[in-house]
Amino acid sequence: MEATIWEVFIQSKNGLAHKHVGNVHAEDKEMALQNARDLYTRRNEGSCIWVVKSEHIVSSVPEDEESFFDPSNDKVYRHPTFYKMPDGSKHI
Amino acid sequence: MQEQLFQKKIDAEQKIEPKDWMPDGYRSHLIRQISQHAHSEIIGMQPEGNWITRAPSLRAKMILLAKVQDEAGHGLYLYSACETLGISRDELNSQLHQGKAKYSSIFNYPTLSWADMGAIGWLVDGAAIVNQVSLQKTSYGPYSRGMVKICKEESFHQRQGYEIMSEMANGTKEQKEMAQDALNRFWWPSIMMFGPHDSDSPRTGNAMKWKIKRKTNDELRQDFIDKTVAQAELIGLKIPDPDLKWNEERSSYDFGEINWDEFWGVVNGNGPCNEQRLNHHIKAHEDGEWVRKAAKAYAEKQNS
Ligand SMILES: [Fe+2]
Ligand SMILES: [Fe+2]
Repeated sequence: MEATIWEVFIQSKNGLAHKHVGNVHAEDKEMALQNARDLYTRRNEGSCIWVVKSEHIVSSVPEDEESFFDPSNDKVYRHPTFYKMPDGSKHI
Repeated sequence: MQEQLFQKKIDAEQKIEPKDWMPDGYRSHLIRQISQHAHSEIIGMQPEGNWITRAPSLRAKMILLAKVQDEAGHGLYLYSACETLGISRDELNSQLHQGKAKYSSIFNYPTLSWADMGAIGWLVDGAAIVNQVSLQKTSYGPYSRGMVKICKEESFHQRQGYEIMSEMANGTKEQKEMAQDALNRFWWPSIMMFGPHDSDSPRTGNAMKWKIKRKTNDELRQDFIDKTVAQAELIGLKIPDPDLKWNEERSSYDFGEINWDEFWGVVNGNGPCNEQRLNHHIKAHEDGEWVRKAAKAYAEKQNS
């Protein structure tokens, strides 16, 4: 039986979001962190690592992309360009 | 219908991701190519690993160690990418052990002197870089991202090799002879790394149509030769090909005919080190069995 697969997310600098970089095989979370450090941060790529069991990732389905993301497309009023500002208004 | 949509995406330079629909042929081509690439990184650790304990200085030893460690990393990135296609690491290893999956033939040649560490970094990593740079634009997302990461790490590999060659080529008479000898032995196998001529490579058509490959074997080989000749000249070494000649019209080098009998001989298992490389991999894998078991038992105990 193979070891569990863990997805690896790295925060490259304090203050930035964690970004997915790949995965590692490991039996437990400590080993997953150590393997991720050895594999993905040999050149100071990060200041913090997250590991998450792959089976715990829930993904939307690419085929449903259109209908899944559809509701956000017709709400143009979510974008600042939708609004008419009076002539001469500044800093807004 | 699905196939047309898929091809449309490819033609528009969009990436294919693991959960997207893809033709079976695309999937199997990728599994074969990526696993072969991964196995090459891992098997490729052996000829260089051979010299770690005999490196001529502490500096050289630290560099070689870091380089070989990088190659292990490259193998793992690629296994990761391959697994997204629905094949397990165990299956990939077992295909290698049964001889069903190949790795690059270059690693079936022995490393006889320290100069070979120079020749490998300069030529073998150099050839790999030419190939990998073009694969950064491959259509399969995980493979492409792996290539970007690998390319960033490769440039030190080639430079450390060229530094060794340059120092030896400018060293004592014996050192220069060793450097030339290493170039003589590694030149032809290096340009064979790009595989058979396009005309003898039946899978090239699909690989190009699906944009798995972005340049053909012959195009990549020519790129590599055109880059490398001047580097050899600069350090006073001679490329062992009497037919090598600048072609003004093509703005490229003409070169001699490759010994394809040798190439196919090595691919089919009859190179100088095929058996040794594979046996070593199998032994290392089997010797590690108890470690994997212990790690699993420990994890189970933690969870219970
Ligand atoms: Fe590599
Ligand atoms: Fe390399």
